[in-house]
Amino acid sequence: MIKLTVNDQPYTVDVEPTMPLLWVIRDVLHLTGTKYGCGMAQCGACTVHLNGEAVRSCVTPVKRAENQKVTTIEGLSTDFSHPLQQAWQEEDVPQCGYCQSGQLMSAAVLLRENPNPTDQDIDDAMSGNICRCGTYPRIRKAIHRAAAMQKTGGAQ
Amino acid sequence: MSQSTYTRRRFLKTGSTVTGGLLLSFFIPASAKRLGEKAGSNSTFVPNAYLNITPDNNVKIMLAHVEMGQGVWTTLPMLIAEELDCDWNKVIVEHAGPGEPYKHTAYGLQITGGSTSTWSEFDRYRQAGATAKAMLLEAAAKQFNVPVSSCRAEKGFVIAGDKRASYGELAEAAGKLTVPTNVTLKDKKDWLLLGKPTKRLDAKAKSNGAAQFGMDVHFPGMLIAVVAHAPVFGATPQSFDATAAKAITGVRDVVKIPTGVAVIADHFWAAKKGRDALKITWNMGPGENFSTASQFDSYRKLAETKGTPAAQAGNVTDALAKTTKQIKAEYIFPYLAHAPMEPLNCTVKVSGNSCEIWTGTQMPGVDQATAASILGLKPEQVKLNILFLGGGFGRRATPTSDFVSEAVQVAKASGKFIKLVWSREDDIRGGYYRPAFLHAVQIGIGENGLPAAWKHTLVGQSIVAGTPFQGMIKNGIDPTSAEGVMDSPYLESIPDHAIELHSPKAPPTVLWWRSVGHTHTAFVMETLIDELATAAGKDPVAYRRDLLKSKRHLGVLELVADKSGWNKPLPAGRFRGIAVHESFGSYVSQVAEISLDNGHLKVHRVVCAIDCGLAVNPEGVRAQMESGIIYGLTAVLYGEISLNNGRVQQRNFHDYKILRMNETPQIEVYIADSTEKMGGAGEPGVPPLAPAIANALFAATGKRVRKLPLQAADLMKA
Repeated sequence: MIKLTVNDQPYTVDVEPTMPLLWVIRDVLHLTGTKYGCGMAQCGACTVHLNGEAVRSCVTPVKRAENQKVTTIEGLSTDFSHPLQQAWQEEDVPQCGYCQSGQLMSAAVLLRENPNPTDQDIDDAMSGNICRCGTYPRIRKAIHRAAAMQKTGGAQ
Repeated sequence: MSQSTYTRRRFLKTGSTVTGGLLLSFFIPASAKRLGEKAGSNSTFVPNAYLNITPDNNVKIMLAHVEMGQGVWTTLPMLIAEELDCDWNKVIVEHAGPGEPYKHTAYGLQITGGSTSTWSEFDRYRQAGATAKAMLLEAAAKQFNVPVSSCRAEKGFVIAGDKRASYGELAEAAGKLTVPTNVTLKDKKDWLLLGKPTKRLDAKAKSNGAAQFGMDVHFPGMLIAVVAHAPVFGATPQSFDATAAKAITGVRDVVKIPTGVAVIADHFWAAKKGRDALKITWNMGPGENFSTASQFDSYRKLAETKGTPAAQAGNVTDALAKTTKQIKAEYIFPYLAHAPMEPLNCTVKVSGNSCEIWTGTQMPGVDQATAASILGLKPEQVKLNILFLGGGFGRRATPTSDFVSEAVQVAKASGKFIKLVWSREDDIRGGYYRPAFLHAVQIGIGENGLPAAWKHTLVGQSIVAGTPFQGMIKNGIDPTSAEGVMDSPYLESIPDHAIELHSPKAPPTVLWWRSVGHTHTAFVMETLIDELATAAGKDPVAYRRDLLKSKRHLGVLELVADKSGWNKPLPAGRFRGIAVHESFGSYVSQVAEISLDNGHLKVHRVVCAIDCGLAVNPEGVRAQMESGIIYGLTAVLYGEISLNNGRVQQRNFHDYKILRMNETPQIEVYIADSTEKMGGAGEPGVPPLAPAIANALFAATGKRVRKLPLQAADLMKA
């Protein structure tokens, strides 16, 4: 039995300790916002926060999250109030949308660590996340917009 | 419209299921009941199959096409909302399941593809909205006891003088009226939505984890299936030992199906571990002897022989002999995987005489029929639910319904309620690739520097041969192989030309890959035109001006030249290239600006101009151009599926690379103000990108690119 906290909810799961966190989140807890894309930390679709840090849940054994705090896209905000979510909508970012949970979770750490990122900072932080639809130019713009919103007191 | 687009539309129009002509097959069923849908409550107004209005004033719109990123979730509702004059904030969107009213207006079967969704629904969806509005106005007139002519509709209300009623309040009464058949559509000058940049209606659900993709389907009792696929194309499972697989915690069953051996488990992780533990003996078949390296050798030999004529004028042999200057070129293009971000998946529940399916598919009707035939059911006994598609690019439009049939086979063999999930490796190695192609071209240059003779032979597998789409083949030519060459606008200026095609068979399965034949034909045509311009000592834009007669090609060429600053000098170390190409009824020209640093290519800027006729949602068109450019750039830099001894050499994103944020150029999109015939947006942004890059590379290195993806040697000066 492994205990973990996901989006502030405590869970106890009966799985092997080596099972990737991704599949615990998706197939055991049925929180499906976090996506499977590659299974080998290449695409970032599975990005979640482990104690506030962005991790690739597809290669993170659930044991590593034992008694730790996990945040998924469902917990980024409960009311769509995160400036990145607002900016994503304003800049019309998503296309197919499948990678966007991972993009947002990566961007959220960037914005927390660096409230005023340059294009280069964004490239550095976001190049681990693949988008096959090519929404990169809009993601870049949306991160700048969210940074500006954050400065003026968060989302409207 | 290009010849090839025309051919495709014509074929599908004359298919046996089509009764009406292009855009004439619009029909409104009398009630929702006729569709086999659950009828709305009495108070829900269901004027036709495409929308209904509930008492709370919500307008629910049913999509005949599926949302895979291209934006139909927003664009098609815009068409209805414009005519209905409803409150845009009260619009709710749903995918329609398979059904007669949702068949493609031009193709005659239910399909999302060919960059056709917006133009093909332009009349039908506007009609649907206008019809509903006419009924609401009539219902209001009766309630207000005033003539219809004194009523007007505005943002979900009918207003007459000081009287006012919401569509929701009028829904029940409107539903009892006869459906009018002769409504008038709005004049363009009165449009409030169409032609205006409109934000996506699915952006919120796709930014908070709520959007449901096929992969996200979950029901109590449902298990996960992962299939061990054959290591080479055409191989079948002979025998297997599942002892080790069954010993893994969570594994419930192992069953043999035609395409492999399926492991069924409580969750994906157990199923995948079970798959890895299987010991399988395969009947390999001839596929094991196949390698892409030798494939191109055989294609080269084939290209020297007479092919099937695709386009012909004059006498190319004589004309070539008369020219003193010639260009001879051979081009090679690899197989390409679509690699949508959401790996393929399909959920199937079979119970007695019915089956229910949940998946993201571009061809729901074909999938439904295929599932029914596997199970010995009638299509109407199969209910198919469509979820968001985590990317399509053509991969979710398989004439063989490959992933849906595989899921049905697993459910049938196991008797279990399963979700089939492909791993990324299954996707990369699973076939249905853009076919590998070889082009052999010989051009004779006239005294004036323009091409006088053009002999062009294409070699590559047919996408439609042996599929239900085989009827597209006319006079031995699969248009998806030669589109972009056989109907090239340059040919009309070249008096002697011969375009020939060979369609050899090969083990890997092939499919339409975003922009299909244009993925390679635009590259060949536009790099050769650039080469001819150089040979003539002319500027590439000026040279195209001399050669092109098509107004729309010229329009976007001039627009992109102007916006990119084509005539202005570039900073030192920067180079640029241009290309123009029509596909799917839209005309696109792009200028790529690059630099080379020690064999490292950087694409700084891509400027794009498109003439797609009316851009119903300009923001959506812009997004699709950006998307197409990035999709195209991935193929130029990295795209290659190679096979050795029948085995695909790539398996995941580390060796089948996708463009990343740090490699993304600045992109500028300009939409021509056009009243020409509408074309598509999903695909036409792809074809010009690769030749624009290759032409820029020539400017930088003096070398011509003849093979994709780019090789290290292409990035060094000659």
